[in-house]
Amino acid sequence: MWFTLSYVAWALSAVLAAWMLFDWFKTDTTYSEDVLTSSREGEIEAATEKHKL
Amino acid sequence: MTDAAITTSPSTVAPGQRVSLLRVLGPAHVWALGVGIVLVGEYTGWNFAVDKGGSLAALIVCWFIGLLYTSVAMIDSEVTSTVAAAGGQYAQAKHIVGPLMAFNVALYLVFAYTMLEVSDAILVGDLIVTVAGTEGLERHAFVVLTIVVLAWLNYRGVLMTLNVNFVITAIAYVAIIILFFSVQPWSQGTVLKLGDLITPENALPYGWIGVLAAFHFGIWFYLGIEGTTQAAEEVRSPARSLPYGTMAGMITLLIGAAMTWYVCASLLPWEYLGFTFFPLFDAARATGSGFLETLLFWGTVLAAVASANGCINDAARAWFSLGRDRYLPTWFSAVHPKYRTPYRSILFLLPIALAFAFIADLNQAITFSILSGLLGYTFMSINIMMFRRKWPLGSIRRGYTHPFHPMPAIALLSICVITYFAVFLGYGSQLIAMTLFYIVVSIWFHFYRYKYVRRGDQFTMPWPKPIGY
Repeated sequence: MWFTLSYVAWALSAVLAAWMLFDWFKTDTTYSEDVLTSSREGEIEAATEKHKL
Repeated sequence: MTDAAITTSPSTVAPGQRVSLLRVLGPAHVWALGVGIVLVGEYTGWNFAVDKGGSLAALIVCWFIGLLYTSVAMIDSEVTSTVAAAGGQYAQAKHIVGPLMAFNVALYLVFAYTMLEVSDAILVGDLIVTVAGTEGLERHAFVVLTIVVLAWLNYRGVLMTLNVNFVITAIAYVAIIILFFSVQPWSQGTVLKLGDLITPENALPYGWIGVLAAFHFGIWFYLGIEGTTQAAEEVRSPARSLPYGTMAGMITLLIGAAMTWYVCASLLPWEYLGFTFFPLFDAARATGSGFLETLLFWGTVLAAVASANGCINDAARAWFSLGRDRYLPTWFSAVHPKYRTPYRSILFLLPIALAFAFIADLNQAITFSILSGLLGYTFMSINIMMFRRKWPLGSIRRGYTHPFHPMPAIALLSICVITYFAVFLGYGSQLIAMTLFYIVVSIWFHFYRYKYVRRGDQFTMPWPKPIGY
């Protein structure tokens, strides 16, 4: 039984890894690099906190 | 706000919108992240301190290292509730100390969490193989499954990731509480035999030098609680959630550590306790209760899974932050437009974790994690001193102000020095190798990489100029 479980573990790992690779490819080909890397540190902070006491 | 709107809902991206991490977390998620990463240390790791100095040394270290981490939690809560950005201590270092320190701190974080993730996965694999008792069965399939499933979960979104972590961490913690009360801790001699197992002759078998040496693995009781800061950009209210979650997590761990030591030291001889990889599971076995054995088996598995899960979350955000500031190629700073996770960083670190899981053994992975964590704590003690000097109380808004400054910083630095000495006693060559590694990458960063960084853009906090500038 344990050997069967280990084969199932390998198979499940392969399926999930393949799904992530596929989604990565799909995402990178659907959206532009400018959109994907548009996150900026502190934007929401700048909008809500002015640090004026 | 800047020219483009910031998207904060997990819908598709409209033209002109920016893709940011989602602010969806609360204090319970912060608790789940911090305690989730650390709790595995109660299930394994801390007990190697017993091997270094005996059971009493492990208890002494539990208290002193508890002091270190209480300082870490207080200092972190103050700085992170003010510098609320992904990357945690990296973002703190960038704003308070400088870029070279920030680059090093980010690497400490990535190494500490990735090595801890590897250790957790190895632990899960080893435990399953031990329980299976089947000749020829190897751990690799279960190690790979643990890492890949958790990477997938992290890829799909932070809210589900930390909801899962909350549930499995709570189960693992309740398992320790059930074990503690099942062995009638109020009645020594009924089940527990602390007086028989710890005698004046074996309490400190190597004397006080053994106590010093025990600091090396005593750090495992709490290693990783500082990981709560990585959620700073994804919590709804950083100024409230981060201090609450971190301090509640620290209190949870102090109680858990005390219960763990008491039960294990009262059920297992110190020679065995210092050697086993599964102290709580073995303590449950020693009671003779099938229910407790099963419960602590699952507690060990879930604690290791929760820890690996939190580590993937934190390492990816530190790596992502480096990319966003151009300390590494900006390619790493991509956020998934649907799941709002740093998906490229998660995927990049996945094969690295898998590679280490195949080539490293548990002790080496734990030691690399401890060393990187220790370098980070040393930075934190210096960081808070500089933070208070450059931006004194009253100059900027703080979500939390820690008491007794500078005592926690001094305590933290002192205990770090002791722990360096302890690590040097057992793993001197690794300590020197890691130090050399960080010197080499610092030189690379200074002379090669920093020219690509947009120097003005990296300082994002709307603070007044620091005193002295």
